[in-house]
Amino acid sequence: MVKTDELTIEAAVDRLDDVLEFVDRNLEEAECPPKVQIQIDVAVEEIFVNIANYAYTPKTGDARIVLSIAESAPEVSITFFDRGIPYNPLAKEDPDVTLSAEERKIGGLGIFMVKKSMDVTEYQYKEGQNVFTMRKGFASA
Amino acid sequence: MTINKTQNGDQLVVALEGRLDTTTAPELEADLKSSVDGITRLEFDFSSLEYISSAGLRVLLSAQKVMNKQGEMVIKNANEDIMDIFDVTGFVDILTIE
Repeated sequence: MVKTDELTIEAAVDRLDDVLEFVDRNLEEAECPPKVQIQIDVAVEEIFVNIANYAYTPKTGDARIVLSIAESAPEVSITFFDRGIPYNPLAKEDPDVTLSAEERKIGGLGIFMVKKSMDVTEYQYKEGQNVFTMRKGFASA
Repeated sequence: MTINKTQNGDQLVVALEGRLDTTTAPELEADLKSSVDGITRLEFDFSSLEYISSAGLRVLLSAQKVMNKQGEMVIKNANEDIMDIFDVTGFVDILTIE
């Protein structure tokens, strides 16, 4: 069985807590282990904040988040939709994580953390929308 | 997030409680800006920190850069989840973690 839930919310940084609350509520119901939940929260924050900061600038708009959990082989899939400027976050080059503090740039780590912590990340621009999907499997707690 | 600071001469201990994320990172950044002047040892106590996102890492990186010039910076008591994030991002090699 696949359980699906969705949230449409203004893409604004101050709505992040509402987004995380929506995600956590669903993950807790599915008995997702806390460790995996934290990794998913980190990824959700990066993607939502990216949309909030860049998609509609200088205007505002909505983000739609669809979360589905397959119960048989537990896996969560989260898709973000927005109607902002086309932007593929996966096209960004990975930061060099071997550089020293002095050589490191401030930032650029967010999407890299998403790629590392999720099993699958996909981006499409479809029917005037950015569609970003990430998936991660987990063993029930 | 709660920031608890204990200063002893030129040593500052900053204990964080809760989540260091996009919403709370600017608060820590502003707080550090006004408090690290003249500090030669900055210690973060992460025993009650649950979560860190890239926004939090950015603040730690800028603090590390500042402290490289004027002394040392140490992270203590980070939990396993936070250590995983330090690992993935290569921050284990940049920060001094005890």
